Amino acid sequence: MRDSRQVRRHFLTAGRRWKAAAAVLAGAALAANLASPPASASSAPTTLTWWTAMSGTNGDAVQHLVDEFNSSQHAYRVVPTFKGSYPTVLSDTIAAFRAHNAPDIAQIFDAGTATIMDANGVYQPVHSLMAQYHLPFATSDFIGGAASYYETAGDQLDSLPFNSSTPVLYYNKTLLAKAGIAAPPATWDQLDADAKALAAKGVGCALTSSGAYVMWTDMEEFDMWNGYQFASQDNGYQGTKGVKLMLDTPPMVAHWSMLGQLAKKDQYLWNGTTNSTVPLFSGGTCAMYEQSSADLATITAAAKFPFGVASLPTVNGDHNAPQNTVVGGASLWVLSGQPSAHYQGDAEFLHFLMSGPAQAYWASHTGYVAVTNAGVKVLDQENFYKSHPSDLVANRELTYKAPKAYTRGIRLGYLPEIRDVEAAAISEVLSGKETAAQALAGAQAQGDKILSEFAAQYGG
Amino acid sequence: MGVSVLARQTPSAVPAAPEGLAAKRRRRPAGGAGPAIFDHRFLPYLLVLPELVVVGVFFVWPTVRTFVEAFERSNAFGLGTRFSGLSNFVDAVANGNYLQALEVTVVFAASTTVASMAIGLFLAVEVEHLRRGKAVYRTLFVWTYAVPGAIAGSLWLFLFQPDLGPGARLLTQLGVHWNFALHGAQALGLVVALTVWQQSAYNFLFFTAGLQTVPGHVYEAAAIDGAGALGTFWLITLPLLSPTTLLLSVMDVLYAFFSSFAVIDIVTQGGPAGATTTLVYQLYQDGFQNADTGLAGAETVVLIAIAAVFLFAQVRLLERRAHYR
Repeated sequence: MRDSRQVRRHFLTAGRRWKAAAAVLAGAALAANLASPPASASSAPTTLTWWTAMSGTNGDAVQHLVDEFNSSQHAYRVVPTFKGSYPTVLSDTIAAFRAHNAPDIAQIFDAGTATIMDANGVYQPVHSLMAQYHLPFATSDFIGGAASYYETAGDQLDSLPFNSSTPVLYYNKTLLAKAGIAAPPATWDQLDADAKALAAKGVGCALTSSGAYVMWTDMEEFDMWNGYQFASQDNGYQGTKGVKLMLDTPPMVAHWSMLGQLAKKDQYLWNGTTNSTVPLFSGGTCAMYEQSSADLATITAAAKFPFGVASLPTVNGDHNAPQNTVVGGASLWVLSGQPSAHYQGDAEFLHFLMSGPAQAYWASHTGYVAVTNAGVKVLDQENFYKSHPSDLVANRELTYKAPKAYTRGIRLGYLPEIRDVEAAAISEVLSGKETAAQALAGAQAQGDKILSEFAAQYGG
Repeated sequence: MGVSVLARQTPSAVPAAPEGLAAKRRRRPAGGAGPAIFDHRFLPYLLVLPELVVVGVFFVWPTVRTFVEAFERSNAFGLGTRFSGLSNFVDAVANGNYLQALEVTVVFAASTTVASMAIGLFLAVEVEHLRRGKAVYRTLFVWTYAVPGAIAGSLWLFLFQPDLGPGARLLTQLGVHWNFALHGAQALGLVVALTVWQQSAYNFLFFTAGLQTVPGHVYEAAAIDGAGALGTFWLITLPLLSPTTLLLSVMDVLYAFFSSFAVIDIVTQGGPAGATTTLVYQLYQDGFQNADTGLAGAETVVLIAIAAVFLFAQVRLLERRAHYR
């Protein structure tokens, strides 16, 4: 009896101790709350997070623009965070959104556009955000190629077109001169002939393409530039249900057969999506290089020889070619679920980014084109294009002819996943394991399955 | 253990706590000489709570979520979730990628297990025969296991980078058209070799330990009966090592199934054309890169089922042949 009473008393003491501990904890939490500044105070800026895929030179330019915006006002402080490659930013944004921890702004690459655009409730459309805060904004403020890639069926922009580039052909002037080639090839047949001439003069490798994005340069942009369709329903612009890829087509098969033939003789090199091909060109191994115009700064820094920039070759004798290329790169999405105080800041920051001076700074410090007409105007006044002919090549490709309904861009759900399938097919062709026809037919079947999965998941 | 024993007893029925506890008890100011004053109802639960929380949060909850999501379909952002029956399972199994991943996994698991066990056993037996320098050789043969997968992967990637790595140049000079970024068989060979390089050290360690348990008099008896080195190995060493062999075969297969991720992610990212995409890597791609949690959930359930059936069969089969002393 005595023992059990003792037990009870001991329990009571223990209980009191727990309560005391809880009180201390609560007090600490309260103190911490008081210590942090209230969000509404005018002295403390609201922090806006921005996830980017920009590092190196591009990252420095991002930081410069952000610093400029932050020092221009005191209500908001934008904090950019480099998250890794484009696909990483997309998958991290998705994971963060699912965990209710998304950033304010995310830089989503071209291929991720449909994946986020069709996910209603995930983002705040930029055009309505701008209207809400009475900031001037129109689709026509943007250059044609950038607007058409990101606009909705109703010609509205749900995201802000940001860093935009297009693939061009870089060529090593010394190596071409060595083989007696006067001008870069205008057609693929000519490139094939040039490869033989180069090989005869001991230049083994004639051509290489972007490492991570050969699917972009030699499939998506190949179709656009030559005036072919990449997928049905205007490359997915008309809807999601029943969209089919058009990879297994005669021009595409012919193109990859040719590259496969060159690869067999090591005259075309590509070493998988994870190996950069820049050293192959800048080190003088390959004479020509299909790569984004945005890589100009990197190539200029690394190449120890004179090089030029030309338009991509076209398919011989095709009356549509050349048509126009479309932009690659990324646009900025404002994500839902943030405190309402953030959205005005997001709108003001995006409005700053599309201004003439900001765009001119961005274009002249990176290899990207200016995406707003205001930016182009500033660059023109600064005589920028005279000193940067490669930007002129990119601009000319983007606007060569007025885009057809199916050369505005690629609007396919889960396009990053489809690109993985395409990259697998490309390695099958280049390793000689499959013919171009077999590999492209296989990739098309797999890609169509991904598209139908997208339609099913997004409720078609 | 002590806690649960105490918990089952009523307060008055605790006659004598262990020596140390009783001594502590006596210092309490409660006055009485009575021992054992724990709160028997709550304290035991409180003490196991951290473990329950860890298991619950990191094992039970994710597993339950996985099983639930395997039967759901939503968009990449997790919106519009709805019940989808077995469609994720149908998609997973009907998908050519998944069957290829299964094939890759089987080839990968079988080759790494057999090769690393054979190398580990060979080195262990050879070192055991040495008269001098055993410790030196043991250290040398074990150290590769101490290299983390990520570092080993980066190292090998550097060595065998097409056109650039020293190992790649050596292979090219030997007449191999080396480019594992394009040739699937080369990529698979590379990750198998890398895994064997690491895992044979682990096998070596366990076989060395196992060899210590083989009694010397058995060898003496064999020597008197005139058994040769090979005969001794086949008829004595191998059968007496069978418990170790069973353990290692299970561990190696588990490693190949689940822990090979780091090496594959760093060296090949599952490529080229899925040639090194194992089941685990496939579900990482589907679930984390492509954000298709439903499909990844179904693949996880299938993977767990395959691993469970396989290990059960393996243990049953080898158990029959293992001699425990």
